Amino acid sequence: MYRIILTRLGQGLLTLLLASIIIFGATEILPGDVAEAILGQSRTDEALATLREEMGLNRPAIVRYFDWLGGMVQGDLGTSLATKRPVADMIESRMWNTLRLALLAAAISVPLSLALGLWSAMRAGGKVDKTLAMTTLALIAVPEFFIGLILMKVFAVELKWLSASANTRPYFDFWQNFRALALPVATLSFAVLAHMMRMTRSSVINIFTSPYLEMAALKGLPKRRLVIRHALPNALSPILTVIALNLSYMVSGVIIVETVFGVPGLTRLLVDGVTLRDIPLIQACAMIFGAVYILLNLLADVLSIMANPRLRYPK
Amino acid sequence: MNDILTIKNLRVEGRPPGGSYVPIVKGVSLNVAKGEVLALIGESGSGKSTISLASMGFARPGCRIAGGEIWLNGRDIMKLSPHERHALRGDEVSYVAQSAAASFNPALRIGKQVIEAPLWHGAGDAATLTATAVDLYRKLDLPNPDTVGDKFPHQVSGGQLQRLMAAMAMSCGPDLLILDEPTTALDVTTQIEVLKAFKDIIRDQGTAAIYVTHDLAVVAQVADRILVLKNGEMVEEGPTAQILNDPKHEYTRSLMDAVRPAPHLVDHVDGSAAQAPVISARNITAGYGALTILSDVSVDVPAASVVGVIGESGCGKSTLARVVAGLTPLREGEIKLDGKVAAPGVKDRPRDTLKDCQIVFQMADTALNPRQRIGDILGRPLEFYQGLKGRARLDKVGELLELVDLPRSFASRFPGELSGGQKQRINLARALAADPKVILCDEVTSALDTVVAAGVIELLKSLKDKLGVAYMFISHDLSTVASFADEVVVLYAGRVVEKGPSKAVFSPPFHPYTKLLLSSVPEMRQGWLEGVADTGEAKAASAGSVIIGAKGCPFANRCTHVIAGTCDRVTPPLRDLPGELSVACHLDTDALPST
Repeated sequence: MYRIILTRLGQGLLTLLLASIIIFGATEILPGDVAEAILGQSRTDEALATLREEMGLNRPAIVRYFDWLGGMVQGDLGTSLATKRPVADMIESRMWNTLRLALLAAAISVPLSLALGLWSAMRAGGKVDKTLAMTTLALIAVPEFFIGLILMKVFAVELKWLSASANTRPYFDFWQNFRALALPVATLSFAVLAHMMRMTRSSVINIFTSPYLEMAALKGLPKRRLVIRHALPNALSPILTVIALNLSYMVSGVIIVETVFGVPGLTRLLVDGVTLRDIPLIQACAMIFGAVYILLNLLADVLSIMANPRLRYPK
Repeated sequence: MNDILTIKNLRVEGRPPGGSYVPIVKGVSLNVAKGEVLALIGESGSGKSTISLASMGFARPGCRIAGGEIWLNGRDIMKLSPHERHALRGDEVSYVAQSAAASFNPALRIGKQVIEAPLWHGAGDAATLTATAVDLYRKLDLPNPDTVGDKFPHQVSGGQLQRLMAAMAMSCGPDLLILDEPTTALDVTTQIEVLKAFKDIIRDQGTAAIYVTHDLAVVAQVADRILVLKNGEMVEEGPTAQILNDPKHEYTRSLMDAVRPAPHLVDHVDGSAAQAPVISARNITAGYGALTILSDVSVDVPAASVVGVIGESGCGKSTLARVVAGLTPLREGEIKLDGKVAAPGVKDRPRDTLKDCQIVFQMADTALNPRQRIGDILGRPLEFYQGLKGRARLDKVGELLELVDLPRSFASRFPGELSGGQKQRINLARALAADPKVILCDEVTSALDTVVAAGVIELLKSLKDKLGVAYMFISHDLSTVASFADEVVVLYAGRVVEKGPSKAVFSPPFHPYTKLLLSSVPEMRQGWLEGVADTGEAKAASAGSVIIGAKGCPFANRCTHVIAGTCDRVTPPLRDLPGELSVACHLDTDALPST
């Protein structure tokens, strides 16, 4: 089993390396370079050449790639062109905002979708099942910004229960934090809930027809125990995969929520970077999103390998 | 009245997807007394499994118990609330299913599953129940009774798992045990130990049992009374001896007639004059990944003849067919089809070579695309191999259907509308569409009822006579092979241990393994099990398990004739005996088992 996991980890690293090549290549293809961006409209050919020489931009792309990659590995994300501050500092202050939203949404949506999925599996074809299917499908069909705006209109503007701005301050107490974060977290959760729930439901129902579930039923066990103890452990693998896909979607999809609720987060930093052609910032943000994506999927794979007794205890 | 179970006028209905309810069981009554074993026999679709499940108040999804009374321990369980009925299952009545491999949850440890029911019903705490379970394992002759419960289902062999399922059913100390075809999926050698275990434990605990099976020879060993079912109705009921020796009803007699005589009693086909081989496999070594399944196997299939390949599951029978067909690449050796060397991979074989050698798989259900009509399933190979299109293709599909004794109108049907036997005929017709010289038949009758299987064998025979096609007939059913094959190859752990004309293989002298196989085939005689289970051969055979790739003779660890120092070191070569027989054994010809 450890060999399989190590291989998978190696594949993850390789994917990350590939992602870095693509990201570097993509910023390389963009018209203009950093020197042009810095000098802006007032550039002369001479000044451009000097600056390029100074910044080492005349070196071949491959040398600059390894230079950049080496810096990344050591934690040096480069210096922002727009603010002249180290990119790492800029990201650090923003990262927490995004991470907090994503983590809260994950902490709510994953258990909720599992529970709802199991519930509708137990009542497959019944009223509960149908209602849940309709609601979650409707939620998936409506774009996130729209859900965000509706929630904002109802709970912030009309009822005035919750805050429309997700900007938190260090001195906020629990309730103030709750008021600020409830709506963006709910919006994010709704976006990923349906897919995970439906996967849980169908994976578990798939196993209902297997002889070992009939066997368990003939032991006189109630449905609740059949689903949780006998069906769920065997349905974990596809569920984990879908959870990982949704969570990684959430991390990058958080941009819409950050925009709607005015959260100063990582995705907005990335968008700002693109507008200002702040290439080191774009590269660093893109690498972080890539890494999260790869890491989550890696985690799901490793967990489903570990959940499989055939791999854990070979003959 | 000491009846544990009394069923009166039971009616069960089933609903096909999207259809309306149709009766499956039409008013059956039965009773089982304490310590008595009642066998339900009949073909598939006779309702025997449905009845056995109904005695637990259970109906499979899509089915419902429509009427009747089911009295268990003096209560009509149809009048109980669902909750009370749940409380009976796994407490007063428990169930042993056909396939233990499928009925154990792969994600949970065996011990937890064994004690789950009594633990849930509050019969004791985990430690006491585990101790009781270990006692049961010991009674069932399971190896390592103290630790086997900590294993996962995939870590133990099929025969052991089947006995563990018996332990699971007995762990709650039930009054009634339901056994639903519990040995059908097992090899004959394993079947003996499992049957013996079931019989002993039922007798020891004085449990009443319902034993569902279609195998009359098995029934003869375990049942006190037999109830014969057909299409959900009772045909005949009586004590085992009476039903077996003096059946009153026409249908029971027809079931008896479908039972094949023991392999050494059949009239063997006389090997036809030597023909040029259509398959000539020389010194084949093959496997999957690091695992070697076949070692140094050589087999010839002469034109227009039948070569039977027999052996226990896992011995490499199917792998041999896959290697010949090019589906599994061979590592060493050579395959000649119709005299020409064939590429090891199916992708590298030209169309003419592919056409000559076709394969028919065991499960017609999974081999036929459920979304294609029969006409398309048969039409595709006709187009591919013979370039037939339009009208010509349609005509040929009709001809093929008639060839396998099915009406032409089946061309417009889907596989789902056909019975198991009909599907297997379609499967065969698809192979015939290529107009092959040889067909590899991989357990083609194993999933079928005795009567239906006999029909398929008759069809294979008539096709051979009509078209001159040869078969490599792979099966674990020795009786069928004995009556059908011209030549027989016995495989054990991926090696040929004996081969020759059918008559010579199934009569003395035997290879010790062939002897074991033959003596393990159940006979329709009461008391046979006790006689055979106590022989030294059966005991030695159940003590060891098959080791693939072992040093020396692969059978050495289960053989009563083992020569220490020789058999465990040197792999015996195939040596020729009189009568075209070849045997791989170190024993002198005179010392080979003869009776």
